[in-house]
Amino acid sequence: MEEAKGEEVTLFGFWSSPFVHRVIWALNIKKIKYKYVEEDLCDKSALLLEHNPVYKKVPVLVYNGIAIADSLIIVEFIEETWKENSIMPQDPYEKAVARFWATAAGDGLWQFFITEGKEREEALTSVINNFELLEKELIGKNFFGGDRIGYLDISVGWISYGVPIFEEITEFKIITEQKFPLLHAWMEAFSNSEFVKDTLPPREKLSERYRNVWEAIMQKKN
Amino acid sequence: MAEGELKLLGLWGSQFVNRVRMILEQKGLSYEYFEENFVNKSELLLKHNPVHKKVPVLIHGDRAICESLVILQYIDENWSGTGPPVLPANPYDRAIARFWAAYVDDKLLPLLIDTLKAETEEAKAEIIAGVHAVLEMLEGAFKKCSAGKSFFGGDSIGYLDVTLGSYLAWIRAEERISGAKLLDETKIPSLTEWGNRFLAADCVKKVLPSVERVEALARMLIAKEKSSRLAN
Repeated sequence: MEEAKGEEVTLFGFWSSPFVHRVIWALNIKKIKYKYVEEDLCDKSALLLEHNPVYKKVPVLVYNGIAIADSLIIVEFIEETWKENSIMPQDPYEKAVARFWATAAGDGLWQFFITEGKEREEALTSVINNFELLEKELIGKNFFGGDRIGYLDISVGWISYGVPIFEEITEFKIITEQKFPLLHAWMEAFSNSEFVKDTLPPREKLSERYRNVWEAIMQKKN
Repeated sequence: MAEGELKLLGLWGSQFVNRVRMILEQKGLSYEYFEENFVNKSELLLKHNPVHKKVPVLIHGDRAICESLVILQYIDENWSGTGPPVLPANPYDRAIARFWAAYVDDKLLPLLIDTLKAETEEAKAEIIAGVHAVLEMLEGAFKKCSAGKSFFGGDSIGYLDVTLGSYLAWIRAEERISGAKLLDETKIPSLTEWGNRFLAADCVKKVLPSVERVEALARMLIAKEKSSRLAN
């Protein structure tokens, strides 16, 4: 485990947050030892509010007393600070593609989850268009990062459990083996990877959490 | 890569486009500029940004790079030996620059859009208060990032300077339209001085549209919003 003398890494997180999971996966791949602090989002700790006064959210990474917020910014910080086990591509264009998809891949998915009727149809069209493009990014590769998990895999990794849960709750399948063979295979390879396998809470617990959130939103609408 | 192989698809009034143009200017990179039409998007745009169909798009040879902040980092990394750096070298400073740049777009863009739609005096006052709050936050960020130097990026204009600076034309136009003082040197002295230095820089003067032009555009958009509301 990499940890220079006197260095301390703390991650403030919440068990079901996909943003927090990104940071956990990055820390695992880089083999960085860290202390994890579970936050109660209904009763945020003074330390969290001190370290992220602007947004008051998780994840926050505290390294040698300094705080970094925003999951993708944290992941790039981790990559740049610990040089071993690189997760970013070397080529500037490949980096640009990865950074673009890190945020764009999720476009429409939340809207698909929490809307109905015409709104949901529009969101779904957007989601399918994006997944078709993402599918192309996987041609000839096991992961978006190539042979190994990289920045884009980490950034969109939440899709590997999030989309099946959305599909279960909305009773609508988006990523089928027929329509998206590479994405489908990627989801399985990613979930089973050594850096991801033991990091997630039990599927039933996650499902229940998403269902509760969904029901609360749908109730508010009606 | 030979000169003449860079193309930029843009809209003259877009802060996202202008921040890219400022950095290209600062780096001394030549490019062919294509002014897009807001309503009728070109084939080139639809081909190279099928996901969002938005500007800016940087086309470098056969590569298309979308999203202004992604483009800025691409320019920084691809032309690292040319001109001043865009992002700082130190990982922590880079994280801070990225954080505040994301904050700027996250907070200022919705406020800017709201200024075009606000009907009542209360709504307008709320927006002005919102802009003040954001700028006061950035006053603090500026003091930390600049560490006594001229810009967020230090001695030269960088990632966070152009991200925030690209909103200045709109902020100044909004001051004229609303009559409210947004760049208030009594409330945000360091940021106001930064703004003046930024607007005086060559790479900014060559790119940022005049406040008159932006004001005219804003008034046109406000009128358009109003008439589409009345039509419904």
